Amino acid sequence: MPLLDVNNLRVDLPVEAGMLHAVRGIDFHVERGEMLCLVGESGCGKSMTSLALMGLLPRKARLSADRLEFDGTDLATLSERRRSDLRGARMAMIFQEPMTALNPAYTLGNQLCEGLIRHRGVSRREARERAIYLLGRVGISAAKERLDQYPHQLSGGLRQRVMIAMALMCEPDLIIADEPTTALDVTIQAQILRLLRELQQEFGTAVIFITHDLGVVARIADRVAVMYAGEVIESAPTPALYAAPGHPYTRGLLSCIPTPGRTLPGSRLQAIPGVVPSLVGDVKGCAFRNRCPQAQPTCERTPPLMSLPGDHRARCHFADRPVPAPRQPETMS
Amino acid sequence: MGTFIIRRVLVAISVALTISVVSFMLLHLSGDLATSIAGPEATAEQVERIRVDYGLDRPIVSQYLDWLGGALTFDFGRSYYYQSTVVELIADRMPITLTLGGLALALAVSISIPLGVLAALKRDTWIDRLALLFAVVGQAMPSFWFGLTLIVVFAVTLQWLPAAGSDGWQHFVLPAIALGYYATPAMMRLTRTGMLEVLESDYIRTARAKGLRAGSVIFKHALRNAVIPVVALAAVELGFMLGGSVVIESVFSLNGLGQLAWDAISRNDYPVVQAVVLIIALFYIVLTLLADVANAALDARIRTR
Ligand SMILES: Nc1ncnc2c1ncn2[C@@H]1O[C@H](COP(=O)(O)OP(=O)(O)O)[C@@H](O)[C@H]1O
Ligand code: SF4
Ligand SMILES: [Mg+2]
Repeated sequence: MPLLDVNNLRVDLPVEAGMLHAVRGIDFHVERGEMLCLVGESGCGKSMTSLALMGLLPRKARLSADRLEFDGTDLATLSERRRSDLRGARMAMIFQEPMTALNPAYTLGNQLCEGLIRHRGVSRREARERAIYLLGRVGISAAKERLDQYPHQLSGGLRQRVMIAMALMCEPDLIIADEPTTALDVTIQAQILRLLRELQQEFGTAVIFITHDLGVVARIADRVAVMYAGEVIESAPTPALYAAPGHPYTRGLLSCIPTPGRTLPGSRLQAIPGVVPSLVGDVKGCAFRNRCPQAQPTCERTPPLMSLPGDHRARCHFADRPVPAPRQPETMS
Repeated sequence: MGTFIIRRVLVAISVALTISVVSFMLLHLSGDLATSIAGPEATAEQVERIRVDYGLDRPIVSQYLDWLGGALTFDFGRSYYYQSTVVELIADRMPITLTLGGLALALAVSISIPLGVLAALKRDTWIDRLALLFAVVGQAMPSFWFGLTLIVVFAVTLQWLPAAGSDGWQHFVLPAIALGYYATPAMMRLTRTGMLEVLESDYIRTARAKGLRAGSVIFKHALRNAVIPVVALAAVELGFMLGGSVVIESVFSLNGLGQLAWDAISRNDYPVVQAVVLIIALFYIVLTLLADVANAALDARIRTR
């Protein structure tokens, strides 16, 4: 049984223009101790997916799922109280913005310890000892003195390390890291990434690592799920995905991974021309159709999730067969 | 934090000096004091004698410096009307006004903050709207009218509480409600807005992600930050209430500073008027200073700078 089993998860948000389908029926699973990378462009529903798993969706959001099971427990029907028993204790989250994720009014020690005290009923002294140990483990020097500091006294990189330590306090089974390095300097990004991978292996914690970067980041994962416009359009073990991407979008992402020194950072995902379809109302046919270089008339029908050899799936009519000859671009005569 | 406080204290002192100059000048330039002290029936000689006796014939700057010198040693001279010094009069009346102001503030804080939190948590429900109605009514209603309504209902009709006097705590209940209600709406709305803003913040999401209980998220993490500007407002409101207690004191016949000021103005008792104006101004200044310091003490980003 997987640690996390998600089947047909949907998240809808009422907006002025109608109903925004931020997550449109996604399936994925996470095994114990494995690292799954959820990758996709900004706005494709990664954060909504992670908030849905944590039970932290915006109040107006509507969630539905055929199955949303964490270690055999159905999350969708769990009361808020039981849910909060899991949060922080068995599933923890690291957010994108380390500068605002900590409460400015309390010391790091206070904020590190409170979760452990709440969930395990340990004394403040025991909690502080664990906090000191974990701050050391995430590479923060003078950990004991740091406990009495306030968030504003730390740099962004340090704060993100504190957030990682905080996520580890109760030894959770699953950590969801939502773009934990996006707001940081490139050099710090690499350090944080390496740290997360190390700790994940050392503690045997399962990690969902969310990123918009199919370059370096995704390679450290055991498996990758690629999201596009609220759907998982491809998922595979990392080597298979890189060796034989089944979906034209994944191929597009891979082909525009920068060669060091030749591509500006941050420019990679804009490299696929065209815009993502609106998520307000239904998306007809393949959501990638308007940007897909291999689009065919067939693609006006919604593509099924095709199974490829290995634990590999792609949502494209042509994932399992050679692409027909490309359509002539309309602008050429 | 130390230099921060020193800087604020220096600012406060200069503001106090400015106010003392301005109030002194306004009083002395508003008309001929000797004439108004002497009264309408006085002869020209009587007016002249008063002018000399009271030192009003000397240059205004030296009058001010004399007065300031006295004020610095808590000597505000003698009342023209009562057989006592100004300091005695003020010492006599101040406790009543401070009790009234303190009670009113305590009442305002203990109603407005919980109500503001509740309105924020129940945003856009009937509870929120009811709280808003409460605030609008409080802001629109003149305090003397509200005070009179309280007297009619609770003192005259129900006879639960006395309508006038200042002998026991019962005498302070209705005036404190009348005065405190005046400060409640602004504090409630500031609490509500602050809570709504803070509840949307990332660190609240972090607190919830840790699985903390709702009470801990709302009170420890949210209210602690939302209440910072409310503390500053409370200090300023207390200043307003001490100043505004003139009206409430006369409605409830409480013999406080407000009543003293009112009587002194109508009797041309200028030493008392000047001293009370300065004291009320000093209250404002000290309270604003306290608000700044409290703000800094509550905000770790300022405190640990
Ligand atoms: N609070 C919100 N209200 C309405 N729409 C939202 C809200 N947050 C996100 N969205 C929309 O939901 C979609 C998915 O957003 P998100 O999950 O944050 O994307 P990602 O994390 O992949 O960048 C986007 O189209 C975004 O505009
Ligand atoms: S279904 Fe068609 S449009 Fe969609 S990705 Fe596959 S080839 Fe492209
Ligand atoms: Mg996001």
